[in-house]
Parts: sequence; C-alpha cells; structure tokens
Amino acid sequence: MESLYAITTGVMSACGLFLILRGRTFPVVVGLTLLSYAVNLFLFSMGGLTTDGAVILDGFADYADPLPQALVLTAIVIGFAMTAFVVILAMRARGDLGNDHVDGRQTDDSREEHR
Amino acid sequence: MTLAWIPLLTLLGVLIPVPMERFGRRLCTLATATPVVIALILVLSQLPMLLSGGLPHFSLTWIPSLGLDLAFRLDGLSLLFAVLILGIGLLIILYASYYLSAEEASGRFYAYLMLFMTSMIGIVMADNLILLWIFWELTSLSSFLLIGFWSHWTDARKGARMAMTVTGAGGLALLAGLLLLGDMAGSFDMGTVLASGEAIVADDRYPIMLVLVLLGAFTKSAQFPFHFWLPHAMAAPTPVSAYLHSATMVKAGIFLMARLHPAIGDSLLWSWLVTLTGMATFLYGAWFALVKTDLKAILAFSTVSHLGLITALLGIGSPMAIVAALFHILNHAAFKGAMFMNAGIIDHETGTRELDQLGALRHAMPMTALVTMIAAAAMAGVPFLNGFLSKEMFFAETLYTPLLGGLGWLLPMLATLGGILSVAYSLRLVHAVFFKPARRQPPKTPHEPPRLMRAPAMLLVMICIAVGLFPALLATGILELASTAVLESVPELHLAIWHGVNLPLLMSLIAIIAGVATYGLHIHLKRFVRQFAPIDARLVFEGAIQTIASIAHTLTRRLDNGSLQRYMSWLLGGALLLATLGLVQLPRLDGGQATHPVDGILLLGAALMIFGAIGTVVSHRHRLISLLMLSVVGLVVSLTFARFSAPDLALTQLSVEVVTMILLMLALFFLPQKTPRESSAKRNIRDLTLAGSLGMVIASLNYAVLTRDIDSISNFFVENSVPGGGGHNVVNVILVDFRGFDTLGEITVLALAGLAIYKLLNRLRLFMPHSDGEGRVWSPDRYPMILTSVSQTLLPLALLVSAFIFLRGHNQPGGGFIAGLITAVALILIYMARGVEWTQSHLDFPYQPVAIGGVAVATLTGLGSFVFGYPFLTSAFGHFHLPWLGDFELATAMLFDLGVYLAVVGATLMILANLGKVTTPHRPRKDDSRAGTQQPQPSSKEPR
Repeated sequence: MESLYAITTGVMSACGLFLILRGRTFPVVVGLTLLSYAVNLFLFSMGGLTTDGAVILDGFADYADPLPQALVLTAIVIGFAMTAFVVILAMRARGDLGNDHVDGRQTDDSREEHR
Repeated sequence: MTLAWIPLLTLLGVLIPVPMERFGRRLCTLATATPVVIALILVLSQLPMLLSGGLPHFSLTWIPSLGLDLAFRLDGLSLLFAVLILGIGLLIILYASYYLSAEEASGRFYAYLMLFMTSMIGIVMADNLILLWIFWELTSLSSFLLIGFWSHWTDARKGARMAMTVTGAGGLALLAGLLLLGDMAGSFDMGTVLASGEAIVADDRYPIMLVLVLLGAFTKSAQFPFHFWLPHAMAAPTPVSAYLHSATMVKAGIFLMARLHPAIGDSLLWSWLVTLTGMATFLYGAWFALVKTDLKAILAFSTVSHLGLITALLGIGSPMAIVAALFHILNHAAFKGAMFMNAGIIDHETGTRELDQLGALRHAMPMTALVTMIAAAAMAGVPFLNGFLSKEMFFAETLYTPLLGGLGWLLPMLATLGGILSVAYSLRLVHAVFFKPARRQPPKTPHEPPRLMRAPAMLLVMICIAVGLFPALLATGILELASTAVLESVPELHLAIWHGVNLPLLMSLIAIIAGVATYGLHIHLKRFVRQFAPIDARLVFEGAIQTIASIAHTLTRRLDNGSLQRYMSWLLGGALLLATLGLVQLPRLDGGQATHPVDGILLLGAALMIFGAIGTVVSHRHRLISLLMLSVVGLVVSLTFARFSAPDLALTQLSVEVVTMILLMLALFFLPQKTPRESSAKRNIRDLTLAGSLGMVIASLNYAVLTRDIDSISNFFVENSVPGGGGHNVVNVILVDFRGFDTLGEITVLALAGLAIYKLLNRLRLFMPHSDGEGRVWSPDRYPMILTSVSQTLLPLALLVSAFIFLRGHNQPGGGFIAGLITAVALILIYMARGVEWTQSHLDFPYQPVAIGGVAVATLTGLGSFVFGYPFLTSAFGHFHLPWLGDFELATAMLFDLGVYLAVVGATLMILANLGKVTTPHRPRKDDSRAGTQQPQPSSKEPR
C-alpha cells in the first residue's frame, strides 16, 4: 500500500510539473492545481497512513496523526486562493497583453528556442 | 552617561550647520565648533578617573540577541584618539571656514564633517565589536560624502567611489573577521575579547579571522596593495584631506590594530603579515612621494608611507614598538595636518598645486613658507622636532626585533632607505615650492592668507617644536596612559633628544645626509622614472569595475531573460539536484517498517488518480477535457483522505474541488479553448525528463518516509485537546486553538487574495468569444429550469447543513473552513442557476466586508485574551445546559471559528461572484448588437 501511495504521488507530481513547464497560462494553472494535490497528499502522508483512526477523541487509542491533517487542511484552502489568484492574473495578462503566453510578451511570437 | 554624551554631542552637531548657514559663515562656524569644544572638555574631564586607574564606561543594551550593546569606553587609547579627532577637528572647522569659497554650501560641508567626526569618535570609543563595525562603516559612508563634496567634478566623484569601494569591501571583510573574533572570544564585549587573547590565538580559525580583520584595517589605512585609493581621494577639498587623510580616517585601521593587539597580536603570523606589509607600504609610499609632481599627491603618498611605518611598528609588537607607534600617530597627525593645511593655502592663493607652476613663494608668503618648512622638517625626521623622536624609536625597534632571524639586518636597512627617501621628498617639496624659481606663472598672484587661516597650521607646528624640544614633559604622560590600554606592563619611557651616540642616531644621520644627496641627484632620478609608463590606478580600477559589471550583466541576461519557463526549469533543476543529493545519502530506501496490504479499492483509487493525472497532461491542449480529467484526480484525492482517517480533509477537499472547478471553467471562458502546439520535440523531452525525474525523486522520498518509524509531536495535541482546548476533534482544535495564530495568518491571506482578485478584475479588457473553440454558439437557454428550482430548494438545506457542520466542528468532523465552503458552494449554485443579476437583486450585499469582517472577528477574539491578562489567542471554554437542547459547550475558539467561516465565505464569493459578474450581464450573442462594443479585440484573434 505504501509503495502504491508513493507511486501515485510521484506520478501526480511529475504530471503537474510537466504542465507547469508549458508556455501558456491555462496549462500552467492546471499543472499548479495538480501539483498542489500531490503535495497535499505527500504532506498528509508524513503522519503515516492510518485506517479507521480519525482523531475524534472517544477513548479509542490508535489515532492518526492530527498535525499533518491540520496543516494540509489550511494548505487546501490557501491552494485554492493561490489558484484563483493565478488564473485571474492570467486573464488579466491576456486582457492587457493580448496573448496568454506565460512570459507576458506583447507580441505573440512563438519562437521558443531562445528561451 | 557622560561618555554617551561625547558621540551624542557631535551627532547633534550634524544638525546645527545647515540651519545656521543663513546667519553667515562666521556664526555657522562658531555654532558648529561649540559641541566639539564641549565634547573635548567632556573627554578631558575623564582624565582624573583614568589617571587613578579607573575605566570610564557606559553601556546600554541594544539588541541582546545579536550581542550588540550601545557600549562606550574611554581608556587611554580612546582618549588619545578622541583628543586627536576632536582637537584637529576644531582646527579643521576653523580652517575650512576660510578655505571654502563664499558661494559653497558650508553648512552641508560641516554637516558631513560632523557626521564623520561622530563615526570616528564612535570607532575609538566603542566597547562592543559590532558597534565598532557600525561606526567603521559610517566613516566609509561619510568620507564618501566628503571626498565627493565637489560632486560636479568627475575626479571627485570617481575618487569618492574608489575610496568607498575599497574601504567598503574591507569593511565587509572586517565584519566577517569581527564576527569570527566574537565567536572565538565568546562575546562581542570589548573587555572580554581583549582579555581572551590566548584562547583566540590558539583557536583553529585564528588565521582566517586575522586575515579578515587585517584586510579591513589595511584597506582603511591605505596599506600596500590597497593604498591606491588614497591619492585619488585627494580630489576632496583640502580641509577634508587634512582631516581624513592625516589625522583620522586612515588612522582608523591603525587604531583597530592597536586596539585589538592584546587579543590577536601575539602570534608570529601577525608579526610577519603586519610588519612586512607596513615596511612595503613605507618604502612604496616614500618612493612615489619623491616622483609625484602634484603637491597633494606628494602628501598623500607621504601619508601612505608614514602609515606603513606605524603599521610596521605595530607588527613588531614589542612594548617599545607599540609606544613608538602611538607616538608617531600623534606626531604624524601634527605635522601632516599642518602640511595639508599649508598645501591648501598654497592651492588657494596661487590656484595650482603643480610643482612646475610653483616656486620662489618664500617672497610672497614668508610665514607660510616658514611653517611649511618646519612641518616638512618634522616629516623628514630632523632633530629637535617631534618626527625625529618617533622615527628614531622606529629605527631602534627595527634593529632589535628578532623577527627575521638571520636576515635581521634587512629591516634596519630598509628602514634607513625609507628614511633617506623621506628626507629627499620633504626637501624636494620645500625647495620646489619656496626656493626654486617657477618655470611657469601660477594662475593667481600669490599673497599671504588671512591670519586665522594660518593659525591652525601654526598651532600644529608649535606642537611639533614643543614636543620635539621637551618630549619627556609633554608626551610621556599621554603615551603612558594610551599604552596601558594596549600593553599589560608599560615600559619605562625615556623620551629625550640625546641618547648618546648609538646606532639609531647613526641611521638618522645617514638618512639625512643621503637624503639631501638623493635630492641633489633628482634630475637623474626623474630621467630614470620617465622610462616607465605611468600606471594610473584609476584606469586600472575603473577597468576592473567595468569588467565585473559586464560579467554581472552577461550572467544576469543569461539567467534572467524574462522567461518563466526558463526560471521554472532552473528552479526545478535545482530542486532535483538537492533532493537527489539528499536521497543518495540515505543508506537504503526501504526503512524496514511493515507495510500494509493493498486491497481492490485502493488499487482502483490509485489507478483512477494516475489515469486522471496522465489524462490531464495528454489532453492539455484541449483545455476543457484536461480540466475534467483534473477534477477526477481531485475527487479521488478527497476519497483518499476519507480512506486514511482524515474526514475533515475529505470534506474540505470535496468542497474546494467544486469551487476550483467552477472557477477554472469561468476563467476558461475568457481564455483560449485550446493550447497551440508550439513546444519543440527537444523542449518536450527536456520537460518530460525533468518532471519525470522529479516525480521519481518525490515518490522515493515519500516511500522512504512511509516505511520509517514516525516520531511525531502530535501526542501533545491528542492529550491536551480535551483538557486544554475543550474539543474532541483534534484537527479542529489545532486549527482554532493550538495553532490559531497560523490559521489567522491563513484566512488573512485568503481575504487578501480575494481583494487582489477584486482589483485585478476591475477595468479588465475582456476577450469574450461569442462561441466556443469549435465555433458553436453558446446555448441560448441561459438558466435551465431544473437547476433553478432545485437550487432554490437546496439553499436553505445547504445553509442548515453548514450551520450543523460549523457547530459540531469542535467535536466532530467539520468546522469553520468546511462550513464556509459549503455555504459558498450553495450560494454559487444560486448564481449559476439564476444569473448574477437576479441573485444580486435578491441577495444584495458586498462580500468584501464579510471577508474582512471575518478576519477582524478572529483577530478580536485573539485580542480578547489580553483583556483577561492572557497571551494572544488564549482560548476559554465552558459547558452550559439549555432546556430541551441538552448540554452543550461554548468556547471562545468557536468565535474564532466564526471568523474563519466568515472569511472563507466572503473570500470565496468575492472571487467567484466577481468573476461571474464579468461574464454574465453582457454575454455576447451572435445577434446581440451590443456584442461588438464588448469586444476590444475581435474574436478572430483567438488562437485556434
């Protein structure tokens, strides 16, 4: 199970990172979201993977680690705020510059070799 | 407190001259001099205490975590320098009031001068290493202002810049050295450092520290090979040269070496480095003083030479050598100050400093000639003047030092050679300016300056004579006092003109006779020098600066080319490298912890996530499909949280997922529907490699952690959740109680993001296509009936659920974050079903105050603890009983959670409703005549 979990986070991070390296804003935003899923899963697993051990105190002893959960919970919300901000920034950039390239150049020049 | 007043008075003096300037030069000078006089009196008032063996001291804690105290001391060494700085400072203030022409901003000049004086006083009185360094840097800054005072003149600007660069770089080295030194001594307190000399010298880091500290001292005191800035700093007004470059700034390095001598001076490395540097500087400076033709350049190189002499004495380091060094500091300040002032007078009255144009001035300015001749004689080391005494002590020390062992004869020989050169250049200066007929006429007809302009130099020369005649009476006291600060036991001083016939006297005699002879052969010397192309230190320096700047420029252009893709690849490459380095150090990947078996559901979930992630990438050029694939991943992530005992996370992820998808869909409306195919194969392979490797590294890291024993600090939270926070849901208690401050920060960020988006959407020029990427027109059926009716029925239900989730959050899965998101989703559903116009007419309130109000409620809850005398965000709770409803619990944490709830609702709706507002009211239709006005760019520009 642990190896499966690790492989999943790895694949998700790789996919997110590949998209982040694209040259247009929307795939980058999607990549960022995907990467934040992977990172959240990664952070979450730092407390170990516990089944049936939600930290609702009721006398049961074998609880999951609550700390990574608390961290990830806020990370999810902040991640949403960040995604929202970036995507609106992308819209604004397109509105002001006339294209949706991440480098924000005025002209829509697609020669990529020089970058 | 008296001690603190000394630098404080000179600092106050910075503020006086500029407003006083309009009352006339005379009053301005007087007002500027007043605090200096008082400070000087304060310094001297400490003498009785010093003489009785006490150490005047003042200390105020400043930044204890850095070991930085505002601490001053006034031992003998500080006193000697303070008297020098304040005394000569006074003379310079008087002199400058005549030197500066009427239209020059004397107020500004005096303000700079006082700032410089303050920083020098700070250096010599600092009782803390870091404080000393702060004042040290301040001298660099204020001397930059002073050297560049005539900023309209290129030479002044360049000279100032060069001085600043060299001494500033030295200052950085010094900071590193002092930090090391403080670390080695265990304290930055000067007394502690000076007392722990043995431990410091024995430390392994001693050589590095020594070199760093000496770099600072050598650059400041213009020691070879860092001497080159000093001659170029002569572009300063002459009062500045007389002050900075004879008595004060260049002596700061010397002071530092003398000050730290008890702590770091007792080693062979010190003796070698300092003595040899000093000797090299002594000879080098003397030689160039002999061949230069500019009056001030001669003096500058002569200063370099004398500084070398003092440095060499400090390097030799025997008690007598230290005393000799201190003595020469005093003597040099006196005769060189006088020389500079007279050079300024000559420049002022004739309009030139070139030896060619000067000559036979003894007729026009007899008094100046006399004063200059005496000062030059002292500089040359002629008997009956102060320079002679200290120079002879120097000769004696070079004779008796065991430093070079078998080559011991070399030092006295070099010293004599330097002495010969000193005599020659002093003679040349006097002869060329006052006796030899001028080859060309100077620009102005020379005459004597005003009497008061002459007075400072005359006073200094009188000191030269007095000390030269009665050394035992005048100098012994202060020298003994000053050397107690450096030496454990002060040797018995026998300052006298006549010690009988001995080797040092013979060396002096040789120096004078050979010096005169050398000047006689000066013509041949000149011819010899002409064979070599002159090296202009400024050109070399500027060239070096240009080269560094262009390298930096090239490097910047290569790294920072404005391409996000380039930055990201550098960043990810760096991360890959670091993570790989970390992983390689792991003995084995598998930590040995027993793993759990895989079941079918887990396998399905993993397969779905991997499918979704890869699908997002594969379809990334078709943006809508890519987005749908992404949502698959998000949903399964939420299920994963549920599976691994994190119900709060699952709920949060689920609601955020909904909100994110709505957001991205809305945004996609304004962005191209497709991504053009533009990445080259090479680029794709690079990105795939980079992303793939990072993915593998992340997977390995994750596996390594998961198979290792986890040592968590969470037991504290589990144990204290009920007794300390009054809640059974530990995750929620951590969020609103234990780590409430973090949460407060996070909701603030959320609210800020909302506000930023609100501003970004303001006055946005939109691309609104009237059809999707395939050219299909948007559906005319704007608000589907089913959705409309369902959403309206759902709203109260959803609000009820969110209230329930909120209330139970402290004990069961739920809480402010989740409740807020559920409320937001319910409201957004209304927006989607009914449109912005309808919703706004029924639900008319702005969301910005809600978000800000949420943050405010949370902050006020935190501040409420102060009222009861507890730290920020201390929570309180109690159990209450209500009829029918039963027992329930109220905690201030709930109020805090209410703030979280409001912030989340406000921020989320601020983002989505504002974005929606942009879309909805003017959605263009093919037949819509308004469409044209809403399209600043025609839709044909859409990348297809």
